[in-house]
Amino acid sequence: MEHIIKTPVTTEELKALKAGDSVLLSGIVYTARDQAHKQMCECLDRGEALPFDIEGSAIYYVGPTPEKEGMVIGSAGPTTSGRMDAYSPRLLDLGNKVMIGKGKRNDAVKDAIIRNGAVYLAAIGGAGALMASSVKNAEVIAWPELGCEAVRRLEVENLPLTVVIDSTGQDLYETGPAEYLKKTAR
Amino acid sequence: MKIITADQIRANVKKLCIEANLKLPEDVVRALTAAKEAEDWPVAKDILGLLEENLKVAAEKEIPICQDTGAACVFVELGNDVHIDGDLEQAINDGVHDGYIEGYLRKSIAADPLRRGNTEDNTPAFITTHITTGDKLKITVLPKGCGSENMSALRMLKPADGVQGVVDFVLETVSSAGSNPCPPTVLGIGIGGTFDKVAYLSKKALLRPLGEPNPDPYYAELEARLLKEINELGIGPQGFGGRTTCLSVAIEQMPTHVAGLPVAVNVSCHVTRRASVEL
Ligand code: SF4
Repeated sequence: MEHIIKTPVTTEELKALKAGDSVLLSGIVYTARDQAHKQMCECLDRGEALPFDIEGSAIYYVGPTPEKEGMVIGSAGPTTSGRMDAYSPRLLDLGNKVMIGKGKRNDAVKDAIIRNGAVYLAAIGGAGALMASSVKNAEVIAWPELGCEAVRRLEVENLPLTVVIDSTGQDLYETGPAEYLKKTAR
Repeated sequence: MKIITADQIRANVKKLCIEANLKLPEDVVRALTAAKEAEDWPVAKDILGLLEENLKVAAEKEIPICQDTGAACVFVELGNDVHIDGDLEQAINDGVHDGYIEGYLRKSIAADPLRRGNTEDNTPAFITTHITTGDKLKITVLPKGCGSENMSALRMLKPADGVQGVVDFVLETVSSAGSNPCPPTVLGIGIGGTFDKVAYLSKKALLRPLGEPNPDPYYAELEARLLKEINELGIGPQGFGGRTTCLSVAIEQMPTHVAGLPVAVNVSCHVTRRASVEL
């Protein structure tokens, strides 16, 4: 099934998304990877505000290549999400609703997804040129000194994604291969 | 005696860094196309189609295939009748500097493994030099992404573990990597040597064109067996399920100590990049 979703999102609309479904995501997506996550959590520790409104937000784990003149962004595919597992539950509990990356998440993240009615979506790993085609605008909004790891505010149109972990905790990385093996078992 | 200048090397390495990141080698493209043909799981076939589309977009817009433009692994074969006018390693690093800055490639090298920071120009290159005979200098740039590099593994098996031990270790490595290394993957496997040499062998195996078997039929058969068994795991493209978990397995072997059986698995992804020049 294919869903058209616009950010910011609500728990209610995310309920329809099931592991394995396709999503075309539009609206604002914030980029953050290892260093930005670390800094965001340090901000929270100091009682400071995050660089963007976290409620209903979508965070994309990406460190794009530099844009050439006349382009808004370079290549922009997902990075491995597992490195953000240490930080994600905290952000989910504060209202982050959509995480975009690639690769497995741990149980703490899954629990936080269920607890908060959030989702984990996958962008196609290694398809950075294709993913960049959906980005209409990009602006660094925090920690420019982090270079490719700075927090960017992306305006995306129909970013093609797949639901990996839905709000009930179903995980496509488990169900997808299992289903394939069942169908092909002789 | 042939004289090759540092400037020549610098200019060529720059070109290779950019070329490798914008266009996949023919053999990798062929393997992807063949995998799409052979794939019978619809979701998996769609993904493989999108990977092909990604290559087209990268070529049209002249942007990198993948945003992780990698660590610059550089393999040098230096003939002993070549005289380098200048500093070889410095020239390679200068070429990487130029290529990553002028080619709009991502600077992905932390200046220190623990204190982090960034070197801002993707240097240093990770250079392996071999002295050969003749008057040729061959340089290969292999930009290596870390999503797959992080899934690599090395184990010192016991001789008694034998070939089954190797197979089990490889399958275990691929299974636990799952969706992380952007499957379909390409595997370089080193068997034998010492702790350090086996890791080198596994990376060297990634230089071999996909689909070209090991010249020793025993190891060619083992490559085929591993590929078959990996593609029965069901992980599939992106880990969403399907046949195509791995595009190719290449093994490089060498003699080892009577008491040892080192094995290294260097995991690479569908964006297995390399570009070479011979001067
Ligand atoms: S593993 Fe390969 S395809 Fe995936 S992000 Fe890294 S370099 Fe790109």
